Amino acid sequence: MRRRVTVLDYGSGNVRSVVRMLERVGAEVSLTSQPDAVLRADGLYVPGVGNFHACVQGLRAVDGLRLVRERVAAGAPVLGVCVGMQVLFQGSVEPSSGPQEQGIGHWSGTVHRLQAPVVPHMGWSQVAPPEGSDLFAGLEQERFYFVHSYAADETPTRAGRAPAVTWAEHGGRFVAAVEDGPVSATQFHPEKSGDAGAQLLSSWLDRL
Amino acid sequence: MGVSVAVRVIPCLDVDAGRVVKGVNFQQLRDAGDPVELAEVYDGQRADELTFLDVTASSSDRETTYDVVRRTAEEVFIPLTVGGGVRSVDDVDRLLRAGADKVGINTGAIARPEVMAEIADRFGAQVLVLSADVRRADGHFEVTTHGGRRSAGLDAIEWCARAERLGAGEILLNSMDADGTKDGFDLELIRAVRAATSLPLIASGGAGTVEHFVEAVEAGADAVLAASVFHYRELTVGQVKAGLAEAGYPVR
Repeated sequence: MRRRVTVLDYGSGNVRSVVRMLERVGAEVSLTSQPDAVLRADGLYVPGVGNFHACVQGLRAVDGLRLVRERVAAGAPVLGVCVGMQVLFQGSVEPSSGPQEQGIGHWSGTVHRLQAPVVPHMGWSQVAPPEGSDLFAGLEQERFYFVHSYAADETPTRAGRAPAVTWAEHGGRFVAAVEDGPVSATQFHPEKSGDAGAQLLSSWLDRL
Repeated sequence: MGVSVAVRVIPCLDVDAGRVVKGVNFQQLRDAGDPVELAEVYDGQRADELTFLDVTASSSDRETTYDVVRRTAEEVFIPLTVGGGVRSVDDVDRLLRAGADKVGINTGAIARPEVMAEIADRFGAQVLVLSADVRRADGHFEVTTHGGRRSAGLDAIEWCARAERLGAGEILLNSMDADGTKDGFDLELIRAVRAATSLPLIASGGAGTVEHFVEAVEAGADAVLAASVFHYRELTVGQVKAGLAEAGYPVR
């Protein structure tokens, strides 16, 4: 049966590619912030590009923060991507032209600026998934497309426990992906990562 | 795990009123002038990104460009940069909505540098590529407009550093002296810009052989862009990557 995925629409970035890639791997996709569609979908994809604080404000404007929290509390699958991943942490040091915002705080930790000679980290990097990863099954040697200047750099925890973390390096190591029961997230863009990204999203769909 | 980000190899397509111009020689294509078909060919060669340069002169044909971007984003799942004619936040908004991931700005930034800050504020620095057409003049590098014919009255190195401060996320550095010569990239220019900014740097102009690409990366480029060597099948993306890998650089 085709999995129904809602891509949370809050005015962030190039969501058209997200929708197309999810359709390519067989999902039935809606791009909306309509609460029923967000809460009842088999999977919720939270995109996010640009400034952390602006994304949090955009999410709040469509009641997205509450909807994501509600799904997470109900154990319903969520995939956060790029800044859509970062907002699942407690906060970010990224400067803001508007008010400073807190993240959802599903995981401990703050998003910091990458310390590398060349920033943004832009391009295809390898990742180191943990043993038994579902998302990266068969993808251990692949590269994924990153474009970001900030990242979580400590092991995230929830209620004192560490979920499965995939690391990558740019300057220092940072969190490239988290798999925590129904809540998953990637710092890279699977929708822009060619066949490797398609396979990762397909693995995510399979488990919904 | 290879800890370094891969050197990106980027084919560039000049698009005029929805058609690829500047000659393409891909016999396996049904229609060598269709940018979407060509984008798919390069995706199949494992290009790391694609760049469309919209050279459409008439603004009435601009809609056609959006349509090309839209159709490409339907079929190709690697990053797509679109440059040409971008002057405002609204132009960027339209291209991103059509399916572009990044937007190149050139003349628009020279005319009004603050537009770079406006774009970065709205969409983030990662969407904004400063495209600089640079030539040598009187012992320095200067920024040009009109395809390299006119001086913009700006020192190229200072211009790149200023773009970084204003919010550009990447620099596409095109040598107008080397462009079309196939004699190699302007390595001195690449070194000078590399030293002046910490942004990712795409080298463009002058590629003729695999060795040229390797030299550009040695000089400090994070990515290499070319048009005609790929379009005329003198080199494939795969050959360039093999050469880079042999020289010890990570590739996808």
